Amino acid sequence: MINSSLRELSAALAQKKISSVELTTLFLDRIEQHNPTLNAFITVDRERALGLARAADAKLGAGETAPPLTGIPLAHKDIFCTRGLRTTCGSKMLANFISPYDAHVVERMNDAGMVLLGKCNMDEFAMGSSNETSYFGPVKNPWDTARVPGGSSGGSAAEIAARLVPAATGTDTGGSIRQPAALCGLTGLKPTYGVVSRYGMIAFASSLDQGGPMAKSAEDCALLLNAMAGFDARDSTSLDRPAEDYTRDLDKPLDGLRIGLPKEFFGAGMSEGVRAAVEGALAEYRRLGATTVEISLPNSGLSVPAYYVIAPAEASSNLARFDGVRYGHRAAEYRDLIEMYEKTRAEGFGAEVKRRILIGTYVLSHGYYDAYYLKAQQVRRLIAADFQEAFKSCDVIMGPTAPSVAFKFGEKSADPVEMYLSDIYTIAVNLAGLPGMSIPCGFEQGLPVGLQLIAPWFAEAKMLGVAHRYQQATDWHTRMPEGWQ
Amino acid sequence: MSLTPDDVQRIAHLARIEISAAESAQTREQLNAILAFVEQLQAVDTTGIVPMAHAVDVVQRLREDRVTETDRRDDFMAIAPESEAGLYLVPKVIE
Repeated sequence: MINSSLRELSAALAQKKISSVELTTLFLDRIEQHNPTLNAFITVDRERALGLARAADAKLGAGETAPPLTGIPLAHKDIFCTRGLRTTCGSKMLANFISPYDAHVVERMNDAGMVLLGKCNMDEFAMGSSNETSYFGPVKNPWDTARVPGGSSGGSAAEIAARLVPAATGTDTGGSIRQPAALCGLTGLKPTYGVVSRYGMIAFASSLDQGGPMAKSAEDCALLLNAMAGFDARDSTSLDRPAEDYTRDLDKPLDGLRIGLPKEFFGAGMSEGVRAAVEGALAEYRRLGATTVEISLPNSGLSVPAYYVIAPAEASSNLARFDGVRYGHRAAEYRDLIEMYEKTRAEGFGAEVKRRILIGTYVLSHGYYDAYYLKAQQVRRLIAADFQEAFKSCDVIMGPTAPSVAFKFGEKSADPVEMYLSDIYTIAVNLAGLPGMSIPCGFEQGLPVGLQLIAPWFAEAKMLGVAHRYQQATDWHTRMPEGWQ
Repeated sequence: MSLTPDDVQRIAHLARIEISAAESAQTREQLNAILAFVEQLQAVDTTGIVPMAHAVDVVQRLREDRVTETDRRDDFMAIAPESEAGLYLVPKVIE
């Protein structure tokens, strides 16, 4: 049951082979058994979960047609506000924060009948690529507990990999769904910017942040995205488009598919094992009827520096709201208002969050705005334009998700810039607002490797189909790490 | 260019984050490393390129000016670190 797909779980629930209470109990017990080792959950609410499961069983038993994901357990990244259930964003600043409202994504998954088990650990305010910046301690990678799960959605990734939950939500500002999915051997999708509402999703860099699903397969992600996506007037950049069925292209053959391979993604910098696994996946795609064509994204090498101006600038503005006045942490001792702010923020934020706020404050400050922020926004347009040009000669772009497999704790945490380069292949996608995903495509020394897929705006269904056909022909996505039975 | 210790204190004050003397040297070193890294943007010719503020070009939606929210003042006040009689309490700012 723990390895079942969402479709299989849905069928088992509909046919009364198992009840939602039984399924929920199974996963809650697994969390109880393995979370002390993995530290993937920050909060688990057993009673709440069982209550939701009983409600789901009532719906499933009532004879009416329940939505397809009714009764299936789910976990939310702790960046999504959940009414009445603690939402920390991995920070001391919000360590005791109980949101008075639900995020749009949380409402949507509730409406879909999914059973919320708890909230997933993450890098503080989603700033990190290893989960080492969480105030609640790092998450362990189930494939090797001496290694990071990736970040920032590392808790979501680790708990799905260890089969503590069948699916979870994540958010991706520069690779935070795709990179942990790659490092933990999962399938994760970042939708086109604006497809999933940001309402109630604690803001990091608003022009880049996008929520999305993480699960074991493309088919699971398609079903989850069907529930997550949709217009929401409370997010000013939510796109008002007709509802889509993201499963519609899952069984579409790949004949004639043109896969673009950016030469910039296949140069030095990627480990040999990652290269071998990605090349193997491309060979499989050719066997399945696709052709590959070399393309160029000439400005993609500038994506990490452009991102580390734009994202901190937006973060410094967004995180100004944490002032110790209306909610969250407040320092115990201060002499005046300014000191209250300064001590509250010094105590409430961790080192990486402070660094990014300071960089953002500097690049937006008087005299530096044009040289840094405006310049980075101009480079952003060049990066985005490269993709538009590339998609004239291909339908989907492929390459590695991350330059290496999961690294060891402490290996990159001493040097911020070294850590930033973990997202070298993923960041350009956020800058351009495109949909992207990572799927498992092999191993290097027992650790999973991710293949990245990048599609034109709003081509999620097609991209999911391209991923699904590969997963029908291979079994990388079904592998489970040992020791979590 | 690189930040001086005074620059770091000025930026920290603008960001309303207290930085102790002990943290200051390491913070300066790390901020300078990040700024040196992003410096490569300066070499790019961006003459005539319109800055891209957002991934998707959208215009601000307008809605009818009517009340759409219910009054949940008590819920929102309940999570404040310090409040009294429906007001947020902060240190005195006007003498």
